[in-house]
Amino acid sequence: MSLLQVKNLVVEFPHRRGTLRALDDISFDIAPGEILGVVGESGAGKSLTGASIIGLLEPPGRIASGQILLEGERIDHLPHEKMRHIRGRKIGAIFQDPLTSLNPLYTVGRQLVETIRAHLPVDAAEARRQAIALLEDTGIPAAAERIDHYPHQFSGGMRQRVVIALALAAQPQLIVADEPTTALDVSIQAQIIQLLKRLCRERGAAVMLITHDMGVIAETCDRVAVMYAGRIAEIGPVHEVINRSAHPYTQGLMAAIPDITEDRERLHQIDGAMPRLNAIPPGCAYNPRCPRAFDRCTAQRPDLMNAGATRAACWLHDA
Amino acid sequence: MPDQARPLVQARDLAKTFDVSAPWLNRVLERRPRQLLHAVDGVSFDIAKGKTLALVGESGCGKSTVARLLVGLYEPTRGGLQFDGQDAHAAFKSSQGRALRRRVQMIFQDPYASLNPRWLVEDIVGEPLREHGLITDPARLRERVGELLQSVGLSPLDMAKYPHQFSGGQRQRISIARALATEPEFLVCDEPTSALDVSVQAQVLNIMKDLQRQQGLTYLFISHNLAVVRHVSDEVGVMYLGRLVELADKHTLFANPQHPYTRMLLDAIPKMHDTGKARTPVQGEVPNPLNPPSGCAFNPRCPLANDRCRTERPQLLDLRGVKVACHAVEEGRV
Amino acid sequence: MKQTLLAWLDSDIGHSFKSSPMAMAAAFIALVCVISAVFAPWVAPHNPLDLTTLELADGRLPPAWQAEGKLKYLLGTDDQGRDILSALMYGARISLAVGLVSVLLSMALGVGLGLLAGFRGGWVDGLLMRVCDVMLSFPPILVALLIAGVGRALFPDAHETVAFGVLIVSITLTGWVQYARTVRGSTLVERGKEYVQAARVTGVAPHRIMLRHVLPNVLGPVLVLATIHVATAILTEATLSFLGVGVPPTSPSLGTLIRVGNDYLFSGEWWITIFPGLMLILIALSVNLLGDWLRDALNPRLR
Repeated sequence: MSLLQVKNLVVEFPHRRGTLRALDDISFDIAPGEILGVVGESGAGKSLTGASIIGLLEPPGRIASGQILLEGERIDHLPHEKMRHIRGRKIGAIFQDPLTSLNPLYTVGRQLVETIRAHLPVDAAEARRQAIALLEDTGIPAAAERIDHYPHQFSGGMRQRVVIALALAAQPQLIVADEPTTALDVSIQAQIIQLLKRLCRERGAAVMLITHDMGVIAETCDRVAVMYAGRIAEIGPVHEVINRSAHPYTQGLMAAIPDITEDRERLHQIDGAMPRLNAIPPGCAYNPRCPRAFDRCTAQRPDLMNAGATRAACWLHDA
Repeated sequence: MPDQARPLVQARDLAKTFDVSAPWLNRVLERRPRQLLHAVDGVSFDIAKGKTLALVGESGCGKSTVARLLVGLYEPTRGGLQFDGQDAHAAFKSSQGRALRRRVQMIFQDPYASLNPRWLVEDIVGEPLREHGLITDPARLRERVGELLQSVGLSPLDMAKYPHQFSGGQRQRISIARALATEPEFLVCDEPTSALDVSVQAQVLNIMKDLQRQQGLTYLFISHNLAVVRHVSDEVGVMYLGRLVELADKHTLFANPQHPYTRMLLDAIPKMHDTGKARTPVQGEVPNPLNPPSGCAFNPRCPLANDRCRTERPQLLDLRGVKVACHAVEEGRV
Repeated sequence: MKQTLLAWLDSDIGHSFKSSPMAMAAAFIALVCVISAVFAPWVAPHNPLDLTTLELADGRLPPAWQAEGKLKYLLGTDDQGRDILSALMYGARISLAVGLVSVLLSMALGVGLGLLAGFRGGWVDGLLMRVCDVMLSFPPILVALLIAGVGRALFPDAHETVAFGVLIVSITLTGWVQYARTVRGSTLVERGKEYVQAARVTGVAPHRIMLRHVLPNVLGPVLVLATIHVATAILTEATLSFLGVGVPPTSPSLGTLIRVGNDYLFSGEWWITIFPGLMLILIALSVNLLGDWLRDALNPRLR
């Protein structure tokens, strides 16, 4: 059974000039222990998807329709108290900026212990033991000492490790990581990705990895969902989506990424830009920029359909 | 290398030190020492006309400071910069500064902060022309701004808008149009596409390459993204904690990196088409630039460090056609 | 005119205005006060400054709705027969004039110094900030009193304009600090932004960068400060006039009126002091509320 099921999720932002649909009928599953990547450019809606799942959608944004199910139970419109219990215990979160993810006024140990004790029935001593073990596991040297340090005493990469420890502290089954490595140097990025992957595999936690960096996705994820203008354009196993993508947007995106292994005179470019939320074209959102669009594309919006090894929202694959 | 063709840009032992000490009162009362940040610590390179030199490195390596040294935003603490044979910083300070500034321009990283939000695009792009008195007739000025906007793929009608009406990629193009207004020869680009999405990045990089070809521009391209660097550069310089550790032409560097740090960097990049293959994990983190290690700055993280590395700072030597600052390479241990 | 007004009403700020009944009420009241003050010579039923029109017999009349009141003098008269309503309008005129001029001068001084401090940094900045700290440690009224007192000592046979001048200077000097600090902070932020660096790379002279690039971007918060400062300035002027060191007695402001009426408060003629007081509150309150609304409307995070 899927750990997380998102069914026809619609997120809207009421605005005085009308309602903006930021997420338009998103559906996907995450199996237990799976690492799903959510990739897309800015404005595609990937962070919003993560925020909706954790229940941190900022008003006036709201879930207009659809369902989010965690282990079969609906979590999309839970009252605050119940959501608070789920957050941390069942779902952990890692955000982009390690500087602001940690409270600068409290020691790292205190934040860890607080999280552990909020969700697990352990006493203070046991919680501290677990916290030290977590810090060691995330590769922080001299964990027993550093547990009493403040966030500003850690470097950027170390801080992100602490954030990962914090996310895993209450032993959640799902981690939502929103651009966890974007603010880090390349060499640190590599370490953090490895760490995240290893820890989640070890603890059987599933991960929803949100990022714009296709390389990170390639190295970490089992499956990937490509988002465009608030919709999922393609979803499938990572090898397939990267090497044998079925949706013209994914293909364009892959071709636009500069390759470190070969020289190219020009990078393939997709002309135009992602449409603004208040100006999404009818039918398939990508049709104005698509080199292979035909009449059906402007008339009807495609749902995700089987396209070889992946599923793509594209009429070219309508059998 | 042809002897008549003197490099357009020649940097020799450029260094920039910042005084980041606490205010005088605090220092006296709390007995804190002076703190100096050696952001750039002796960097030398040449850039030939019409070519692109890319400087790569991680945070704290000083590449942005080098960029600002080259356009005269900072004065070097030590070392010299020659532009087309003349001493650049002496020129910047003198009356010839204006003429030099026409020939050297810069493109910045943040598309949102590099355009004045209260100015119309027309005024933003036209400012260099007005400042240098290149065009005084308003109609002719407007026409020229329109031409510049077209050359970066925007419409002349866009000049009547404000920056906030444009997307990140479009704003970056406006920045490029502004930089090209005075028909410069040398453009310093400080991470121009780092804040842009991949597909937008592709557009901007293509435009930059096209313009380089059409106008014979010389670029200094700063980036942390090695894939982008591979695409745009002719030569690549790798920086670490204010020093150049390797300087080679693009093909040589990517095919056969010499310096252990370069190898580590290349190894650390996520490979898209080698999915599933684990990378060699990288050791440690960039040390605090205020307190660099003695000897070779990379020695704490280097698998090949020996005693000499810990005490003696390696010089940038020409080894087998590549400039490398590494004892291990010099000694043939790599 | 109509076009721009309609366009403004449709913008984000205009929308915020329309959805805030308090802002609209405050704006309306402030507008009424300002118009009646500005056009006092035409709008007021009587001219309280013209001694020839006064009828001593009409002195100390209560407001019209009371038993002995006359409709001719809607809010009653003072001991000399001056109509209170008209006195209010003329008084508000003085108060507003002094308030607005002081605010404008304060703004010019504060913004100018703040820009300079933020832009130059170094010892200029340090010096200015210490001056601000010192000024802030004094209660504003005390400073105003001091300057007014010194002014009077220097110019004992004060010509009317000199008295006004001293008053405006004293209010100006108590208010500039907040502008200087705010603008200095904003300037520091803007100075680090890349469009300023781009201008430097182009070779634009520092003073031009300061005025043409940075200044337009730091004026936002200044607008909010100025609106609220108008209320404060009017109140300061009223206080000084109440204490007798403000406007000359020949041009009574609201403060003067309150003071004069104070003497009659306990003999039962409450209207002479209460109505000027109410007018003062009304102006200060409505301008203050407008300033509050403006600050919230301009704050991007709260939107």
